[in-house]
Amino acid sequence: MGIGLALITVLGLIFFAYFGTAVVGLNALFAIVFPYAAFIIFVLGFIYRIVKWGKSPVPYRIPTTAGQHYSSLWFKQNKIDNPSTAWGVALRMFFEVFTFRSLFRNTKAELLQGRLYVGSSKWLWLGAIAFHYSFLVIFLRHMRFFTPETPWVIDTIESLDSFLQVHILGSPLLYITNLTILAALLYLLGRRILDPKIKYISLPSDYFPLFLILGIITTGILMRYFFKVDVTAIKELTLGLVYFKPVVPKGIGSLFYIHLFLVSILFAYFPFSKLMHMGGVFLSPTRNLANNNRMERHVNPWEYPVKHRHYEEYEDEFREKMKKAGIPVEKE
Amino acid sequence: MYDGGKIIFGLIIFLVLVTLPFTLSIGKDYTKVNPKIDTPEIMKLPETERKCVESKDFMRKEHMKMLIEWRDAVVRDGKTLYVNSQGKTFNMSLQNTCMQCHSNKSKFCDECHNYVKVKPYCWDCHIEPKENIKKEAAL
Repeated sequence: MGIGLALITVLGLIFFAYFGTAVVGLNALFAIVFPYAAFIIFVLGFIYRIVKWGKSPVPYRIPTTAGQHYSSLWFKQNKIDNPSTAWGVALRMFFEVFTFRSLFRNTKAELLQGRLYVGSSKWLWLGAIAFHYSFLVIFLRHMRFFTPETPWVIDTIESLDSFLQVHILGSPLLYITNLTILAALLYLLGRRILDPKIKYISLPSDYFPLFLILGIITTGILMRYFFKVDVTAIKELTLGLVYFKPVVPKGIGSLFYIHLFLVSILFAYFPFSKLMHMGGVFLSPTRNLANNNRMERHVNPWEYPVKHRHYEEYEDEFREKMKKAGIPVEKE
Repeated sequence: MYDGGKIIFGLIIFLVLVTLPFTLSIGKDYTKVNPKIDTPEIMKLPETERKCVESKDFMRKEHMKMLIEWRDAVVRDGKTLYVNSQGKTFNMSLQNTCMQCHSNKSKFCDECHNYVKVKPYCWDCHIEPKENIKKEAAL
């Protein structure tokens, strides 16, 4: 059910972009209005979500203690998986963000011939890291369309990505990331469909980004290798956006506009979806807090100033009545 | 906000990164490409003969694919003749066919390649044509 809804939505978006450009001819809407709107929604929405998260108090240290904590001298502390200092937290966060360490520690329990086996399971980690790094490289490579002069870092990434010089398809250079991201995405989608347990917990909001990104990747690959487009005209368009001198060059087909529209949707959808884990990973209390519960005093930030009254004051007020009723008092 | 300092610092980094395309373009001219096809070799031809191997639109989008296919055909399969969509035959050669007319590499090839940041590896093997820039400018 969830998967159908997500697929139909993405197909609908593709059709909408095709209809809007090829049939109605509203190219300016898709070339200028939607990208700008999406970018603004992305930036403002992103900040809004982060600030909203920042306002949530974190009263106690709740790091996941995934290793030996700081203890007596003869116990060796696991300084990354159970950090007690800011430096340890920084290391933990570094490995979390750049190598997906938590996912790497993923285990899987399985019943085999009536016995329960627990073992390490790296496939999800591999799929995730292949996807994320491919996406990053592709994203950075696209900066050649959005800057008049690309910095040397991006040129280097681009040439490394294409260094195989394979041209079995319609381009002199095959990008490695085109293959890796496609394989990783299909794996990430496949596990949701083929594993009944994961299928059971998957929602439309899990499938939608997968189909959306798959749509972006597919249109991108089609443009590069199969149905060629006029790259110079496209750069005129993208650079126009950057210089706030938007233009709609002629001779750009619907395939490009579908690609651009899906990217716009991705940007606009980003702050309201699970994709916000890009910003959220930095705010994970189970990862970014040091396990120093007993070394430092942590005051609950919402500690309410309770109005309390000592027994003495109480007795002062009711002493006479208490005496009359025969209740013993401390002071006469 | 709790840990506001750190979070705002992170958000500033985020803002700097996402606005890089805009900030990187500051102070750099907004240029458009203008590849030149007015080489003396082309101008010598009568107007009706001034046609490339395939149509302009096709060449714009597919020349890289065509060139790499030509290379394979010539270098690997030993086939040197290309028959275009009009039935006309051409010698598959970058230097002897393409560059014969488009002798102005810097104003024809490089103009767009630099603009879209593409580095073709044609000239890894081929000898780059020696252009007389001064003469070109005078023309």
